[in-house]
Amino acid sequence: MITDELVVERHHPRARWRKFATRFFQYFILSIIVVIVFVPIVILVFGALKTRGEYLSHPYTVPIPPRWENITLILGNASYSFWPMMRNSVFVMLIVTALVVTVCSLAAFVFARMQFRGKGLAFNLFTLGLMFPINVAILPVYFVLRQIDLIDNLWGVIVVQTAFLLSGNIMILRGFFTAIPAELQEAAYIDGCTVVDFFLRILLPLARPALSTVAALTMIISWNDLLVPLVVLNNDKLWTLPLGTMQFQGQYGQDLSLVSAFVALSALPTIIFYIFAERQIVSGLTAGAIKG
Amino acid sequence: MQNLPTIPNIFKLKPGTTGRKKNKERLVIFLFLLPAIVLFIIFVVYPIIQSIYYSLFNWKGFGPAVDFVGLDNFTNILKDRVFIIALRNVLFIIAFSLFLQLPLSLMLAVLVGRDLPGRVFFRVIFFMPYVLSEVIAALMWLFILNPDPERGFINAVIVFLGGEPQAWLGNTSLVMPAIFVALTWKYFGYHMLLFMTGLQNIPSEIEEAGRIDGANRFQNFFYITLPLLRSTIRTSVYLSVLGSIQQFIVVWIMTKGGPVNASETLATYMYRFGFVRFQLGYGSAVAIYMFLLCLMFSLIYQRLTRQPDYLSGY
Repeated sequence: MITDELVVERHHPRARWRKFATRFFQYFILSIIVVIVFVPIVILVFGALKTRGEYLSHPYTVPIPPRWENITLILGNASYSFWPMMRNSVFVMLIVTALVVTVCSLAAFVFARMQFRGKGLAFNLFTLGLMFPINVAILPVYFVLRQIDLIDNLWGVIVVQTAFLLSGNIMILRGFFTAIPAELQEAAYIDGCTVVDFFLRILLPLARPALSTVAALTMIISWNDLLVPLVVLNNDKLWTLPLGTMQFQGQYGQDLSLVSAFVALSALPTIIFYIFAERQIVSGLTAGAIKG
Repeated sequence: MQNLPTIPNIFKLKPGTTGRKKNKERLVIFLFLLPAIVLFIIFVVYPIIQSIYYSLFNWKGFGPAVDFVGLDNFTNILKDRVFIIALRNVLFIIAFSLFLQLPLSLMLAVLVGRDLPGRVFFRVIFFMPYVLSEVIAALMWLFILNPDPERGFINAVIVFLGGEPQAWLGNTSLVMPAIFVALTWKYFGYHMLLFMTGLQNIPSEIEEAGRIDGANRFQNFFYITLPLLRSTIRTSVYLSVLGSIQQFIVVWIMTKGGPVNASETLATYMYRFGFVRFQLGYGSAVAIYMFLLCLMFSLIYQRLTRQPDYLSGY
């Protein structure tokens, strides 16, 4: 009976008009926000595809025809060191991601699946890490890196990024590992699996979606990080892309079209990666926030 | 039939029942936790403890810290006008985030709703600024906020509409609002995403039941949807406040805390003393204040907001 009423209401002309008006309002507001989101990005890309002279005479017009001089200059001229910075960033990102995925899944497995004395204490230690973001801890961390001689060393960036990504990702993975039914573990043990076998051969393959989520999120965070490279790396041969982008703006700030091109190029890898891994990134961020 | 005799062996094969198995399991626990604990202790816990020690010294960073000054750093910080400005700016970012940015994100999440055609498109677009690095976001906003209307798009629009161009980042009373706009551009998509996920976890039957019972759209939102979103809002507020306390990169790139310290935040203040002036003892004391702020907020907030989860049954 209730459904009948609803159906009648939906076909009523006034109800249909109201539905249309609502939709129109929704799309109208959302479109405005889309435009606002795009303005800084579009202005940047427009600037990047103009010559310096074009930029000075008419900065906001659509670049027709697009000029690729700035792009090819940055990619081709070794003195801008775009490629070495890219290589440093990729190196740091890949090792941090491998470390985070390995170290966090080992620890999360223990927290999700095993009982031992002091488990609560150890777990609380890691939850404490969620309250101390790297931005707050950067100065103390810098002292330690100096003591163990990891300043001006990409490994200094790698270990710090990894250490500060542990807490959140252990929480995310522990959530996923706990959700895998206990019967599976019992059955595996009955079949003669050791704990390590169970972890490597059964749990990890089952948790592949969770692992790819953690990996995608870690890649983005490591790739985008500026603060740790900023305090650790003085030598410009070691600079990562975000650090290099910031320094490039400081050095060539007057040539806005060249700087725009550099910024656009350094944003490009993230955008491409985002388009391909949007689902993993989104699910990782929501899982992390809701469970943590 | 042949399987029958093996049944008692189940208990032996199960790890943790015999002494040797138990030791092996302990070894596994130890080895699995070791890398995480070592990294965490060396690079998260130890630095914090060490900075408590350094905060008691007047130390320029060369040689051992010898000039013991007790709690002088801590009292001097509270007397510094710039620190108070930094604190005020952090409170400004927190307040505007909670009362403008989060409601805006929630409104957009509700607008996108559950069944709007193209909702994935909007999610992908709105979330993109969050994925871009803070460096890129800050530089983009630095460009479009340029005071010269021939260089800065925002001033160009204002001039086009007949207004006066503004030195957004050079004016002490406009700089924080301008930075806040850039921060909102960067972060609203993240909160919107959280709210969209939260909304999706509310069974649509509940809202439909409300509608059938005669609740109008606003009643439905304020009396049904909002209370059910409580745990998402709680998370969102928590992350927003912690993020505001530690805000650094966007501010540092756009203004370096200027003009005349007008946009200083706690993190830029600490960075300035630690890495620009190399007053490391003083900088450590600032770090401790920030730790305490984060810790106190986390503990009080979690105590205050521990509420029944209405949706746990679903």
